[in-house]
Amino acid sequence: MESVNEVEALADRIAGEAGLDEDTRFHVTMAVREATVNAVLHGNEYDPAKQITATFENTGRDLVFIITDQGKGLDPETLPDPLAPENLLRGTGRGIFIIRSFMDEVHFRQLHPGTELTLVKHLPATETTQAR
Amino acid sequence: MALNIASREVDGVTVLDLSGRITLGEGSVQLREAVRELISKGSKTMLLNMGDVNYIDSSGLGELVSAYTTAKNQGAQVKLLNLSKKVKDVLQLTKLYTVFDVYEDEASAIASYK
Repeated sequence: MESVNEVEALADRIAGEAGLDEDTRFHVTMAVREATVNAVLHGNEYDPAKQITATFENTGRDLVFIITDQGKGLDPETLPDPLAPENLLRGTGRGIFIIRSFMDEVHFRQLHPGTELTLVKHLPATETTQAR
Repeated sequence: MALNIASREVDGVTVLDLSGRITLGEGSVQLREAVRELISKGSKTMLLNMGDVNYIDSSGLGELVSAYTTAKNQGAQVKLLNLSKKVKDVLQLTKLYTVFDVYEDEASAIASYK
């Protein structure tokens, strides 16, 4: 879990440096943490021989976080709805939902093997970007 | 920061004062073990004081749900007290806020068990 905490801390720093308000910064940091936990736990299934990668970029308009694993892959369309009454008391299955709720864009790409998850948070428009 | 748990009794209710994070690998296991130990000792009324829990992830949410269902299956009750804004937001997002009895002051929470 050390790698998860490192990625989370880095995401928090980048979100802070981007000037996000406290709530949005928390949302971004939590989404990145959930994506990283998924990569380690469900993607690589704790296999120490497999790696995750985490790439962060501030484009000036967006914060972009790309998390990859080397697991069997994930079909996001098959995930059950955690808000459905029959799933509400399940112990798992909320991570992707939280990610989608807290980020502006979420993209999945299959890597054969592995999954690449791209999380995007739009930055608040500044005078500079509004003038473009 | 891991999860710290302190236990005390108030009018027959076991209050667990939690502080720190409830996340995969940090606080989830401690919470699970604390609740299961109380249930195994026959405790029927548990109040989780979350006032100093500043972060919970999906794994931590799963542990809260597990504590709730495990207790319910044993005829016991787990309720929540003093949610921080972040924890409350996540519970509301995931609709778990509707599952738990949540209180903002301890006296009301303790009285609710009577």
